[in-house]
Amino acid sequence: MIKAERLEKRYGFKRVLDGLSFDLERGGFLVVTGPNGAGKTTLLRMCAGLAIPTGGTLEVEPDRSQIGFLGHEPLVYRELTALENLDLYGRLYRVPERRERIGMLLERFGLWEARRERASALSRGQLQRLALCRTVLHKPELLILDEPFSGLDDEGAALLDRELAGMRGQRTLLVATHDPERVAPFASGRLALA
Amino acid sequence: MRRYLGDAAVLAHKDLRLELRARDTLPAMLLFVLSILAVFHFALPSGSSRLAELGLLWVAIIFTALLGLGRAFVAEREQGLLDALVLAPCDRSAIWLAKGIATLAFLAVAEVVALPAFALFFRPVGWATIAGVLLADLGICAVGTLLSAMAAAGRARELLLPLLFLPLALPIVIGGVGASVAHNPGKYLAFLALYDAIFALLAWASFEYVVTE
Repeated sequence: MIKAERLEKRYGFKRVLDGLSFDLERGGFLVVTGPNGAGKTTLLRMCAGLAIPTGGTLEVEPDRSQIGFLGHEPLVYRELTALENLDLYGRLYRVPERRERIGMLLERFGLWEARRERASALSRGQLQRLALCRTVLHKPELLILDEPFSGLDDEGAALLDRELAGMRGQRTLLVATHDPERVAPFASGRLALA
Repeated sequence: MRRYLGDAAVLAHKDLRLELRARDTLPAMLLFVLSILAVFHFALPSGSSRLAELGLLWVAIIFTALLGLGRAFVAEREQGLLDALVLAPCDRSAIWLAKGIATLAFLAVAEVVALPAFALFFRPVGWATIAGVLLADLGICAVGTLLSAMAAAGRARELLLPLLFLPLALPIVIGGVGASVAHNPGKYLAFLALYDAIFALLAWASFEYVVTE
């Protein structure tokens, strides 16, 4: 699903990634760990197609329509409601039976009551839940999650645990985290960046 | 093509809805264009030439457009949302088209107010000026939206946009003023149409490279 060989990324003179190689098979769950500045976010952004490698090769099998990306920002419009945000992405990703799917996700992630609230009025945890809804809305084959537990309370984290457990083997996941033990039960491999 | 236009319509609708909610671009453009025309009215000596007056109308239009363009990617820049749009499975140039349509709508509303105000302060405008404004708007939005995205990705964005946009808007001013004052405005209108076609094509083709790291 993802194959990287001698992958390199520089920003000006700063080398963020240097000669990284790895393979992620379909249905695999690769955990990316490393200290701040090790290049975890850069790697995930390249795999999502948001950044272009400056060296080496990176092959990502699914196209953009089959990738779900959760970054540091929730990637939702603050002036739109939770429902409007998901509707926007549902239209762009051409999600079949969009309204039903959005309603089901809002229920599942505990956001149904807040569906008509503007994103600017949601708490950090609710925003992260909304971001997770956005990420899985189109049922992507490949999920790229950068610190997915960030901002979630215990209930939200338990919900995400259940989601990750449910996706195991069915979806391919690339997850960057500072807490690898949290996702260890689901992981099929680990990539430690120095 | 239908899918492409559908994506652009969804994104443009989102931008118009955001402006209806936040109301932070259009009111500023309206206030600015009225203020600048009032300033020009008092700054220009009485009995000034038609060329001078119409020239100032075009200056007002260009700077009002610059104000709108400066805010075109504010939501995406401040909330990192350009990533979300770039990730979406639509042609990336549809983002440029949608932003261009939204900016064009704001600029058109500003001009609906500005042209009667110009008539009040100076003199009524003719059909050639109106045709010139319509053609100029297309070029302004085509070029300006691309440059606005470039500026949004950079650090010195407030400086970058005017520095890039104003030199590229020079042909628009030449064509617009020419169309407004010439006895035979056809060649100036054709010049503006040619500018629109060339720069819209260039902006459309290069937008993807602007929004990808």
